[in-house]
Amino acid sequence: MSESHRDAFVAFDRVQKSYDGVSLVVKDLNLDIAKGEFLTMLGPSGSGKTTCLMMLAGFETATNGEIRLDGTNINAVPPHKRGIGMVFQNYALFPHMTVGENLAFPLEVRGMGKSDRDAKVQRALDMVQMGAFANRRPAQLSGGQQQRIALARALVFDPKLVLMDEPLGALDKQLREHMQFEIKHLHESLGITVVYVTHDQGEALTMSDRIAVFNDGRIQQLAPPADLYERPDNSFVAGFIGENNKLPGTLEELTGDKALVRLATGEVIDATAVNVTQKGQATLVSIRPERVEFKPEMMPPGAHMIGADVLEVIYMGDILRARLRVAGSDDFVMKMRNTQGQTRLAPGQQIKVGWHPQDARALDPV
Amino acid sequence: MADISASDVGLLKTSDGRPLKSALATAQQRSKRRAFLLVLPLLAFIIITFIIPIGQLLHQAVYNDGFSANMPRTTAWFVENPPGTVPDDIAFEALALDLKDAAAARTVGVVGTRVNYEMSGTRSLFTSTARGAARLEPPYREALLEADAKWADPNLWGTMRQVSDAYSANFFLAALDMTRDVNGKIVPMPEERQIYVSLFVKTFLLAGLITFTCFLLGFPIAHLLATLPMKWSNLLMILVLLPFWTSLLVRTTSWMVLLQQQGVVNNTMVALGIISDDGRIQMIYNQMGTIIAMTHILLPFMILPLYSVMRPIPPTYVRAARSLGATSWTAFRRVYLPQTLPGVGAGSLLVFILAVGYYITPALVGGASGQLISNLIAFHMQSSLNWSLASALAALLLGAVLVLYWIYDRLVGIDNLKLG
Repeated sequence: MSESHRDAFVAFDRVQKSYDGVSLVVKDLNLDIAKGEFLTMLGPSGSGKTTCLMMLAGFETATNGEIRLDGTNINAVPPHKRGIGMVFQNYALFPHMTVGENLAFPLEVRGMGKSDRDAKVQRALDMVQMGAFANRRPAQLSGGQQQRIALARALVFDPKLVLMDEPLGALDKQLREHMQFEIKHLHESLGITVVYVTHDQGEALTMSDRIAVFNDGRIQQLAPPADLYERPDNSFVAGFIGENNKLPGTLEELTGDKALVRLATGEVIDATAVNVTQKGQATLVSIRPERVEFKPEMMPPGAHMIGADVLEVIYMGDILRARLRVAGSDDFVMKMRNTQGQTRLAPGQQIKVGWHPQDARALDPV
Repeated sequence: MADISASDVGLLKTSDGRPLKSALATAQQRSKRRAFLLVLPLLAFIIITFIIPIGQLLHQAVYNDGFSANMPRTTAWFVENPPGTVPDDIAFEALALDLKDAAAARTVGVVGTRVNYEMSGTRSLFTSTARGAARLEPPYREALLEADAKWADPNLWGTMRQVSDAYSANFFLAALDMTRDVNGKIVPMPEERQIYVSLFVKTFLLAGLITFTCFLLGFPIAHLLATLPMKWSNLLMILVLLPFWTSLLVRTTSWMVLLQQQGVVNNTMVALGIISDDGRIQMIYNQMGTIIAMTHILLPFMILPLYSVMRPIPPTYVRAARSLGATSWTAFRRVYLPQTLPGVGAGSLLVFILAVGYYITPALVGGASGQLISNLIAFHMQSSLNWSLASALAALLLGAVLVLYWIYDRLVGIDNLKLG
C-alpha cells in the first residue's frame, strides 16, 4: 500500500467490474479521493462512471480489487451500513411521505428520538432555504425545490461522503447553474467529501476540485479543471472537454517538449509535445478556439503563422465566432472577444492565424 | 400588454354579430349531442341487460302477487276488515269462491306455494280443497270446515292476511333468518331453520381468506413481473394470463383430478411416504377444495392490478432508502409497500367481490361444507322456485358488497384504486 493510499479518504484500488463475465465495464480503476474534496467523474454514457459510483454506494459489487472508505475495505459492507449520502438523478423522494417525513426517514431508521429528529430536519431544510415546506408532498414541489430536498435528505444524517448521480440533469439551464453554486457552497461550508457524476463538462469544470474523465472503463485524465482544459493528456480528453480544433500532421522536429509539426498540406506549425516521442510520428495537434490569434503583433517572435480563409463569422454577443478554412479543413474555429476595437472579419477575407506553442498540444492520433 | 377584460370592450360577439357566449354554447351542445349518440348503443345495451334485470330483481325481492292476484275476494275482505277480526261467513264465502275460480284457472298451486313460504305444510291444504272446490255449496263455512278442519286455524288466517299484500318485506326477513308471528311481530326463525345468516358469514370469511391467499401468492409474482427484464417478464405474463384462455370448467375439473382422494396430490404424498395410504387427505368436496380452486382462478385478478402499480415504481426508491440507512426489509416495508397500496386495494377489492358472488367453482368442488351463498341463491332460483327469496338473498349480497365498497372508499379512497 503506497503512502497516498493510506491518506486517501476514498480509495479505489485496482477495481474491475464486469456484468456479464465477458467484457469489463470498469478496467483497472485506481483513484484516491482526499477528505473534503469535490471530485467529479465525467464521461460519456457507458464510460463506467455511474458503475463506479454504484460500487462506491454499495449497489454494485466490484468484480475485482478493493474499495476503501476511511482506510477500511467496504467491499462486503451492505449499502445501509456505509453511511454514505446519495442524491439520485430523479431525486427519488418518497412520494407517499411529506418533505419532513422524507428527511426524517434516515434519522428514524437510525433510531433517533423524535425531538432530535425534528430539530435536525428543520436545520437541514433551512440549510437549503426550504424551511417552510416540511408539510408538502414532493409532487407539490417544482423540480428545483425537489432537488433541494433531495440534497437536504442526503445531508441530514451528517454523512462524511455524499455521492451525486447527475443530480441536476432534469433542471433547466438557469436553475442548473444556480444549483451548481449552491451545491458548491454547501460543500465548502460543510466540509464534506463529494463524488459527483455528470456528463456535463460545464458542470464539472464549474464545481470540481478535481475531475476524473472516464472513457471506455478507464480514467483518461485526473486533474483540476484548469489543467484538464488547458493541458489535456490525450486526444479523447481534448475532444471531450470544451471546443477544440484538431490538425493532423507528422512530427517534424522535437527538442524537449517543443515540437514542429508538418501538416498534411505542407505547412509547419508550433506545438508542445504531450504524448508523442518520435520524430516522424503521426500526431493530432489540438488548439482551443479562443487561443487562436490572427494579429501578428500578438504572436511571440519566431512563431509560425499559416494562411486561413474566413468562411463565416457568427455574432454571439460576448464573442465573435469565425469558421475558417485552415490546412484544407473547413471546420477550424476561432473565437474573438467582442471588444470595442475588435477587428471585424468578413467572409472571404484571407488572414493568417497562429498561436503560442504551449497552447497547441501535439497528442496521439485517434 | 395591458389586460383587456370583457367589460372594457363590451359583450364579445362573433363576426356575424351574435353574442359569442351563446354561439359557443350552441356549438358545444351539438358536439355533446353527437358524442352522446356514439355511446347510445352501449348505454341501451347496459340498460337492457344490466340495469333493468337488477331493478326487476330488487322488485321481486319485495313483491310477490301469488296470493293477491289469484284470490281477489279474500284479499278484498282482508282490506275491509282490520287485523284480528275473526273470519265471518262473508270471509269464508270469499275464500270458497276464490278457491273455485283458482281451481278452474289452475292457479291454486301458486296460491298454496305463496302461503306455504310463510307457513309450511299449507300448500297441500289448498290443493286438496281445490280438488273438491266445484262441489262446495253454501253455507261455505261449514262446507270448508268439512273439507278440512284446518281452515278454522287463526294462524292460517293471519298468514293469509300477510300474504294478501303483494308488497312484503317477509322475503328479506327470511333471508335474515327471521319471520313474523301471528300478530305480525318480527321474531327469529326456529333454530333448526336458521341457515342464511351463518352462510353469509361463511361466504364473507371464505372470500376474505381467498383474497388474503391471493395477495400472499400474487404479490411476489407481481413484483417479479415488474422487475424482471422485458423478455422474461413477457413470458411470465403469458403464464399468468394462460388460465384466462382456458375454460373455467376445465380449470375447476382439473383440480378435481389433482385433489381427489385417489388423485395426483394424494398419490404423490403417499408415494413419498408423507402420509399413509389410509390417511389420504380429503382436499376436495369441502371448504378446502373451494379455497384452493378459487384462489387459483382469482389469482390473476390480484396479480394484474398489483403489476400495473409496481411496474412504474423505479428501483431508485428502494436504493435511496438503502443509502439512507434502511435495511432491505425496512426499505420494503416503509418505501416500497406503501407505494403499492393502490394496487393492493384494487386487487383485493376485485378478488373479494368476485369471490363473494362465485357460484360455479364451489358448486363443483365445494361439496356440502364448501357451498357459498350464491349456491343457495341458485338453488332457490332453479329448484325451490322461490324467486322472491332468491332475489332477497341476492339483494342483500349486493347491498353488502356496496357497503364494503363504501367503506373502502372512506378508508383508502376510490381515487387510489388502480386497475391497469
